[in-house]
Amino acid sequence: MTVLVIAEHDNKNLKSSTLNTISAAHKISDDIHLLIMGKNIDELSNNSKSIQLIKKIIKCDNEKLENFIPEILSPIITNLAENYSHILAPSSTFGKNLLPRISASLDITQISDIIGIESKDTFIRPIYAGNAISYVQTDQKINLITIRPTSFEKCEESGGSAQIEEIPYIDSEVSTIFVNREVSKSDRPELGNARVVVSGGRGLENSENFKLLYDLADKLNAAVGASRAAVDSGYIGNEYQVGQTGKMVAPELYIAVGISGAIQHLAGMKESKVIVAINKDLEAPIFNIADYGLSSDLFQAIPEIIKELDLLNRINS
Amino acid sequence: MKVLVAVKRVVDYKVQIRVKSDNTGVETQNVKMSVNPPDENAIEEAVKLKEQGLASETIAVSIGDEKTQDVLRTSMAMGIDRSILVKSQNPLEPLAVAKTLKKIVEKENPDLVLMGKQAIDDDSNQTGQILSALLNWPQGCFISSLKIEGNKVLISREIDEGIENLETKLPAVLTCDLRLNTPRFASLPNIMKAKKKPLDMIDIDTLEIDTSTKIKTLKVIEPPKRKAGVMVNDVKELVEKLKYEAKVI
Repeated sequence: MTVLVIAEHDNKNLKSSTLNTISAAHKISDDIHLLIMGKNIDELSNNSKSIQLIKKIIKCDNEKLENFIPEILSPIITNLAENYSHILAPSSTFGKNLLPRISASLDITQISDIIGIESKDTFIRPIYAGNAISYVQTDQKINLITIRPTSFEKCEESGGSAQIEEIPYIDSEVSTIFVNREVSKSDRPELGNARVVVSGGRGLENSENFKLLYDLADKLNAAVGASRAAVDSGYIGNEYQVGQTGKMVAPELYIAVGISGAIQHLAGMKESKVIVAINKDLEAPIFNIADYGLSSDLFQAIPEIIKELDLLNRINS
Repeated sequence: MKVLVAVKRVVDYKVQIRVKSDNTGVETQNVKMSVNPPDENAIEEAVKLKEQGLASETIAVSIGDEKTQDVLRTSMAMGIDRSILVKSQNPLEPLAVAKTLKKIVEKENPDLVLMGKQAIDDDSNQTGQILSALLNWPQGCFISSLKIEGNKVLISREIDEGIENLETKLPAVLTCDLRLNTPRFASLPNIMKAKKKPLDMIDIDTLEIDTSTKIKTLKVIEPPKRKAGVMVNDVKELVEKLKYEAKVI
């Protein structure tokens, strides 16, 4: 029983979602292979050898793989599939975009976005925005699964010495051309795996006011998130959206500022360890799941919190 | 250009769902049902393409029991020209849904298939991608912008890192994000008009595809409830609690 993990990366480094996926794979089997498809990935593949849980790295290096067009990646996976009992990818936009194509080519039903593994054929997944939890079992010859990164620990990146097997690129006729990627640069931690997340909602009123949240985030070394309402209103980019149709986060501390707490938003953050809600509307549903609620005007509260944090830092230093 | 829109009937997004007491699933009887929200964006986009003179005909397709006609009537009230209901008593897995849609594509020969990026009931996020692969058509998933120029399709996709811009060709399968557009409300006159628009029904058995269940649901349970928290009086108390009680800062 060998598990194939499909690596998500940027041709230079593995994304942390890949490390979460490897941990999930380890709950199924000790025999794990990592498939890295990309352009100029010698260094990336060599660096990945040290992941202790990986027995073998399968490397496919071709310039056409640079931008992860799913139509180009999928024949490579399909071609390897029969050697594996399980094929795992993270349920990031990378994995969501790619793995269903393997479902089509192998004629196997995929299980999406699992949050737990009961046994090698039984998996736990949220449905209805996490308002119900489903236990599903399959006896298909290959288990095709995307995993929710926040539900599994990151695996260790050291201690291993995996071998690398290079496989040939499979040419496929694809009419899709990559144009570009608009990526916002930020020094803050990545939203998906930050220890602290500070999220803003419609209560912030405009993009200018989000600066308040950035200031707070920087004090806490936190990532910034947002509700769909805030993204739809153009206060902040889509890559910050937390929720059913955005990103799933599970930080140690989640601070929801001016967010009412629609079930679609809660779906993306209710696994956080400690939740703080700051909202002037005492009736806001976010207070029902918050560990600490503060009913207050955020434009007063946030600067005060920043001041208190400064004070704490001074005392401690 | 002919546009096919796939529409799913789901529990309305505002409904607080209930897990059945025998843990076999989620209660869908006597619950308000609606068009899956991102499918509404797909409908809106198709209707816009027709209004812009780019689409010659728009067709909505859904799969489900007799009641599923309601979401097709809604689609037509929003401006879709005609619709097809593939009658199936049992809920289908994404792979079977995509196989069904492929049959409809082969019958109708659309140039473009649009659908929502995921259904808000099972949250699988698979059908569009599978259909694209089965048809060997280009896929564009989670799109928030669409421009069609002749045979050329320009899309912006929402990805974890931001936005990805792609150029591809028709025919294509595109899945829509909620930010693609703002779905219109159906006006009363249009709701009346939609009642007269054609709605064809096909029995799924006549399509001769494998619709058997590959994934067995062992049980469905309520998620663990979070313990009720406390309200703090002021910022000072909040920061103290976070520091000394929760120990997270």
